[in-house]
Amino acid sequence: MTGFLSVIRRDLRLAFAGGGDVLTLLLFFIIVGAIVPFAVGPDQELLSRIAPGVVWIAAFLSMLLGLDRLFRPDLEDGTLALYRLADLPLSAVIAAKVIVQWLTSALPLIVASPFLAVILAMDLDTFWRTVLSLLLGTPALAAFGAFGAAVTVAIRRGGLLAPILIAPLCVPVLIFGIGVIAPLGGPSQGNAATLFLAALSLMALALSPFAAALAIAWGEE
Amino acid sequence: MTVETTPKMSWWNRLAHPGQFVQWTRPLIWPLVALTALLFAAGLYFAFFNSPADYQMGDTVRIMYVHVPTAWLSQFVYGTMAVSALGTLVWRHPMADVSMKAASPLGAAFTAMALFTGSLWGRPTWGTFWEWDGRMTSTLILLFIYLGIVALWRAFDDQLKAARIVAIFTLVGAVNVPIIKFSVDWWSTLHQPASVFTADGPRMPGSILTPLFVMFFAFTFLFITLQLVAMHTEVKRRRVMTLERKAARGDAA
Repeated sequence: MTGFLSVIRRDLRLAFAGGGDVLTLLLFFIIVGAIVPFAVGPDQELLSRIAPGVVWIAAFLSMLLGLDRLFRPDLEDGTLALYRLADLPLSAVIAAKVIVQWLTSALPLIVASPFLAVILAMDLDTFWRTVLSLLLGTPALAAFGAFGAAVTVAIRRGGLLAPILIAPLCVPVLIFGIGVIAPLGGPSQGNAATLFLAALSLMALALSPFAAALAIAWGEE
Repeated sequence: MTVETTPKMSWWNRLAHPGQFVQWTRPLIWPLVALTALLFAAGLYFAFFNSPADYQMGDTVRIMYVHVPTAWLSQFVYGTMAVSALGTLVWRHPMADVSMKAASPLGAAFTAMALFTGSLWGRPTWGTFWEWDGRMTSTLILLFIYLGIVALWRAFDDQLKAARIVAIFTLVGAVNVPIIKFSVDWWSTLHQPASVFTADGPRMPGSILTPLFVMFFAFTFLFITLQLVAMHTEVKRRRVMTLERKAARGDAA
């Protein structure tokens, strides 16, 4: 457990050292959201209707953008090789990294989401539902993202490939995430979507560290 | 006294040798080509001349004879890839790698064909080329997964390393495909429900079902033939790469 916690501590410290990455992703998230009114026109009614989807897409894109930093720096400075030799199983290291990834790329976005809610004319009820769906859905995105980053870490120019591989896998997360916000068949359907989204996140969190560890171990062999 | 030390190899192990595989399966190719051609000839004759036009859809129903088999193959080929991925991960069978790689562009092609023919069929019958309904959406996602797998294969120089990583990705993708299928059930669906393989038997008259089945086998054998040829090509390609590497090192080949 101490090994697990020290990986978390190290990666958190690295993420905030210089503050570059976290701030860049946050800026990207806000800019994607702010660019939409320019693209579709400043019609308040239309904006408030599409606002949850825009927030989700902005969060989705900025989380995909941050994938490359997950394993590549560790691969380049040799830390990844050390992790493979350590007592702590590689899957546990990856689980720690998924947690850090969520803390440094998803949580800041959720904290910043009120800003998008205001500029996209979202009403209060929708806003809380959006926050709930992001809280439940982003762990799955982080977990799938870690898997995508692990699959492409052995490729020298894998930075662009990981989002392409992962995006189709993330579609159910988006479907249920939006389902939480705008239930099609009334409130009971909204509850079902909430449960599905939570189940999806738990499943992805439980399984992806093992799949990612396999991919890293075999990619490095 | 000498003891025979070579263990008797099973056919499965012998098949693991790419050269043996090619040697053993080469005689199958021309018969498969002939069978595929025969099935297509019969199927297309039935489909165009010897099956009734639908009372609602008219002649556009004939698109079905291409659309349904390719849609079936889009999933069958993924199944082939998933089984091959297990072969790579569990038994490290060299031909499983080759089969997995050969199938991926074929699956992408069949999926694209199913989407394209479905789109052509949708325009006269539904009045739209594309609708975001469950079936079409999940098939589109399947196409993206296929294309991702093809891109992943191409991104690696070392094909042995690529095989294991693609195998993991293929299996994870396989877990996700049913999730995609079920999750979109919630959306109102324009696509018709299953009407060939149902619990009460096919809900279609025989005059339509027969050509459909013939076309179904024609496309399936087309896949098997192409898969075998692609596997032979891949084996040869790898041999060429090895020889090139040897030549580059200056070894006497």
